[in-house]
Amino acid sequence: MNDEDMIRVRLAVHRTNTNLSNGDHGMPRYYTPGEEVCSQPDFMRGHGTYMDDNDTLRASVAGVLEKVNKLISVKPLKARYQGEIGDVIVGRITELQQKRWKVDTNSKLDSALLLSSVNLPGGELRRRSAEDEQTMRRYLQEGDLICAEVQNVFADGSLSLHTRVLKYGKLSQGILLKVPPSLIKRKKVHFHNLLIGANLILGNNGYVWIGASIHNTDRTEGGFAQDLSRIPQQDREMCARLRNCILALARSNILLTDTSVIYAYDESTKYSANELLQPEAALDVALLTQQRLGERID
Amino acid sequence: MANTLLSLAEKTFIVHGVDDNYRTDGRNRSEYRPMEVETKVLPHTSGSARLRLANTDILVGVKAEVDTPYPDNPNEGKLEFFVDCSANATPAFEGKGGDNLGTEISNTLTLAYQSSHVLDLTTLCILPQQKCWKLYVDVLILQCDGNLFDAVALAVKAALYSAQIPKVTTATLDGGKADIQLSDDPFDCVKLDVGSFPVLVTLCKNFTFIQIGENCVVDPTSEEEECSAASIVVAVMPNGRITSVVKTGYGSLQPSTLVKTLELAKDIGIKLNAGIMNALKEEDELGSQREIFGFLK
Repeated sequence: MNDEDMIRVRLAVHRTNTNLSNGDHGMPRYYTPGEEVCSQPDFMRGHGTYMDDNDTLRASVAGVLEKVNKLISVKPLKARYQGEIGDVIVGRITELQQKRWKVDTNSKLDSALLLSSVNLPGGELRRRSAEDEQTMRRYLQEGDLICAEVQNVFADGSLSLHTRVLKYGKLSQGILLKVPPSLIKRKKVHFHNLLIGANLILGNNGYVWIGASIHNTDRTEGGFAQDLSRIPQQDREMCARLRNCILALARSNILLTDTSVIYAYDESTKYSANELLQPEAALDVALLTQQRLGERID
Repeated sequence: MANTLLSLAEKTFIVHGVDDNYRTDGRNRSEYRPMEVETKVLPHTSGSARLRLANTDILVGVKAEVDTPYPDNPNEGKLEFFVDCSANATPAFEGKGGDNLGTEISNTLTLAYQSSHVLDLTTLCILPQQKCWKLYVDVLILQCDGNLFDAVALAVKAALYSAQIPKVTTATLDGGKADIQLSDDPFDCVKLDVGSFPVLVTLCKNFTFIQIGENCVVDPTSEEEECSAASIVVAVMPNGRITSVVKTGYGSLQPSTLVKTLELAKDIGIKLNAGIMNALKEEDELGSQREIFGFLK
């Protein structure tokens, strides 16, 4: 039995620490619940903080500090997604109701996608009839993945979505990843057609989509016509590598942008895709990515 | 196990990947994800272990208690498994939701450990017909990310390996009443011989929704489990002997594929046994001063 053939079981004593903020890498400081944030009285209390009896501002969640002038808030590292109008999200249909789909978007409540806020196949523009209501399942059924934009936020925090633009709609073959929403950097563009030949959607809600077939970029049908043909091995390897790279970055709390993902992908080429599952390799990739990101800022 | 919803396109992608021997995370069909074990995490138990396989997180505690043997088997001790599916793992386990799965896993474990080649229960007997040891093996599923059976069995084996049963110094019959005395020294203990304890190997089969091949997958993620109609759970002893075979899921199997699957399970089981034993011995060599991480890191 050679070495590669063995199944290796690790020990907790030898666990690799994936946290990069211990060194002086310029990572932000994490606050823990109850920790003192600020003792000066002239600050305003923002989200994720509270004032104790001695008028000291303390963190109520675990996360990083955000300061806007006098307003101090602590942004939690791991929390459910709080929607804002205009966010790009990736979600999964969980339920069909009258005139609407319920969508899991990693927020506290399921979001709603109204039948009137989707493009019908073929781009037909008309009032939705009762007949459309009965054939809703033909467009989107339970389990289907969609990409959408937040149209409205209701008072209880639940979201109303729309897929009125052609780039939104049903997603085809690929991999869905779940990362903490705080790791997704808000940018103008969340759709990326990477040069390596994958399409990447970094949803603001922490759901990341790696699309396997580039031929599907023509989305004039809103993704309703699905390509279920076999994906070439080369694309498959790329998706697997991309998946493991993104998970490695997320584990080390590095913000996900197209740049950081591409850097990680470049740095990972010395490992095979399955080696990236090992914590040592993942940490190495995350470290190298962070170094390159640091160089870019300088 | 836990209900993971998948779209048709995602399933197609996973199933084609299995067929190409290149899964969505880059593994081949017979590769395990990284796993990590730690024993003696619970100081109040006779033996305990925590095992993590990717995001599957299992905690096992073993407790030894003095009990009366069954009248049918007066010379044998007792071994009992209990699996608790915590609602922490998935909301589907809330209330009685995890009971079925828990019973399924504990029954599979009982079946795997039933053979006298695995664990000779007579070694757990103190006084025939009067006193014996009863080992309670309590499994807690804290998180599930697929492949629960394998992870639970590995954790159980690690916990039994670390288990220390107090030594009995005197055991006499005094006028029909048993009188046993345990050693005063708490470190004076007997360890179980885990040399032949089995591990479970789950082989996910029957990716029936697109009819292709007879491929089976080792260490499935929860997404892969969702795509499979039937799995075979095989209990393999370190010497390659199979103690039990259980089929889960609704799918069916051809007899010829079953034989092939058992061969494969045997090979993997031997490797898995070697892997866990290596890790446990390595941990033993670190000595009693080893730092225990538990959940604090």
